[in-house]
Amino acid sequence: MKITEQEVRYVAGLANLKLTDAEVARFQADLDGILEHIGKLNEIDTSNAEPMAQVLFDAEETATLRADAPEPTLGDQAALANAPQPGAGYFKVPKVIER
Amino acid sequence: MDIPTLTIGRVREGLLSRRFSAAELATEALRFAQAENPKTNAYLHFSPERALAAAERVDEQIARGEDPGPLAGVPVAVKDVILTKGVRTTCGSKLLASYVPPYDATAVERLEQAGGVIIGKTNCDEFAMGSSTENSAFGPVRNPVAPDRVPGGSSGGSAAVVAQGTAVVALGSDTGGSIRQPASFCGVVGVTPTYGRVSRYGLTAFASSLDHIGPFGRSVGDSATLLRVIAGRDFRDSTSADAPVPDYAALLGGNVKGLKLGLPREYLKDLMSETGDLISRGVDTLQTLGCQVREISLPSTDYAIACYYIICTAEASSNLARYDGVRYTFRSESSDTLSDMYRNTRGEGFGAECKRRIMLGTYVLSAGYYDAYYLKAQKVRAIVARDFANAFQEVDAIVAPVSPFPAFKLGEKVDDPLAMYLSDIYTITGSLAGIPCMSVPCGNTAGGLPVGMQILTRHFDETTMFRLADAFEQAQRR
Repeated sequence: MKITEQEVRYVAGLANLKLTDAEVARFQADLDGILEHIGKLNEIDTSNAEPMAQVLFDAEETATLRADAPEPTLGDQAALANAPQPGAGYFKVPKVIER
Repeated sequence: MDIPTLTIGRVREGLLSRRFSAAELATEALRFAQAENPKTNAYLHFSPERALAAAERVDEQIARGEDPGPLAGVPVAVKDVILTKGVRTTCGSKLLASYVPPYDATAVERLEQAGGVIIGKTNCDEFAMGSSTENSAFGPVRNPVAPDRVPGGSSGGSAAVVAQGTAVVALGSDTGGSIRQPASFCGVVGVTPTYGRVSRYGLTAFASSLDHIGPFGRSVGDSATLLRVIAGRDFRDSTSADAPVPDYAALLGGNVKGLKLGLPREYLKDLMSETGDLISRGVDTLQTLGCQVREISLPSTDYAIACYYIICTAEASSNLARYDGVRYTFRSESSDTLSDMYRNTRGEGFGAECKRRIMLGTYVLSAGYYDAYYLKAQKVRAIVARDFANAFQEVDAIVAPVSPFPAFKLGEKVDDPLAMYLSDIYTITGSLAGIPCMSVPCGNTAGGLPVGMQILTRHFDETTMFRLADAFEQAQRR
């Protein structure tokens, strides 16, 4: 077995994902099968390969930079328009610290 | 006005000869699309106000004698992962069911500047994760060619509206095949341009190093026209490329004699017979056009699925972390503390496939596994890209299948995620390398299901890809 139910619960915690017991069982089976397939990668020799994080193309070093000039921003009204609970110009959330 | 047979050229001709106005066309296109939509569920919602405003701008330009732009008056559909200011953008997710973006994607801005008229937003797999559009929180899309079958995914809605004729062209997004595979299943043209060719600004991030925006059309020419409009450098996306954008459509129509084409032997060995036969016949057609076809090898093909599903889920797990109940509309109501709010919002909001990928991505990035999975996958990605670079030393374009099989039945594969992942094999390799690739219709099976042929070329050489696809399309019509 590549992954246990206990590990599935641990990973769900890392991902801030609440799962039901049925989901834990289902994902344990699914991930186990997928990880089994992924194990295939051990067959291929990568000692001469540099990790590829991004598709690269030739460009000068500063090609990705725009001019350092101020540009209009969204503004807080637009930025807050989709907030589940806006208030006083902020995103409101449940209590973080107990007094 | 026969909406389903419209092309960009016919719309332009109708407008300039004053047979109809852009506003009349937009009204009729909206009416038709709304009437047809119950058959497929391909549109999630329509944008009549925005469509009419855009159409009126085109009519005013024509009245003033100005050039109304290359997409003047053309009814366009946009996949619902691409932001449209003031028009709901749900990403096919319950989490964003009421999200109204405060800005436009660059591709959306550009297509409207070119005269395009956005009539609605199309259904898709939740956050573009899937190969059948069955993972939408708003119900699956039916394939207009065969209503008991899926349209492919994740851009199934965009492929379906173009096939159905309820839009002339559409925008989709492609991370591992999400434009090409639905194009193949619905019998339309679908294009994944070079990575960086089209700005991703305003495209909801799934896997940032693999995400593309690209066009759907009923012809190679229309798809090429739309790509030219949306392509080019954008300072709001630092991965967008500063490369000249040719007038692709103007370069079509020439002959393709002498073009060197490669057939990857790894792709053809285990193709389901009917799809394989159609691809072989397509290759014969290309030979009669004077192309030189040879067998090539892409030796690391067998590792591409594993490599892709590590990289895309790792990137997705980090990109989807933002949906935590703070900023984007949906928040679980049953939470007393902040951490419960995060967990409950995400647990209640995401569908099964998104959760599965977040879990896999979090796992491969977690302490102790990073080197074994993520770093290893990045190295394998470099080898996959090198395979293509080597092949393009010998050939100008690669011809391949898009999917091992044509459109499958709704529900047929939903319970086997690994089988669904494995069916992405022919599209994933090009995505990992970041090269341009497209699906062009290659005929139908005996049961009447469309099959697409894939064409792949060198980075930024969409021109050769379009020229070959166009010559093939013309030959198919003869």
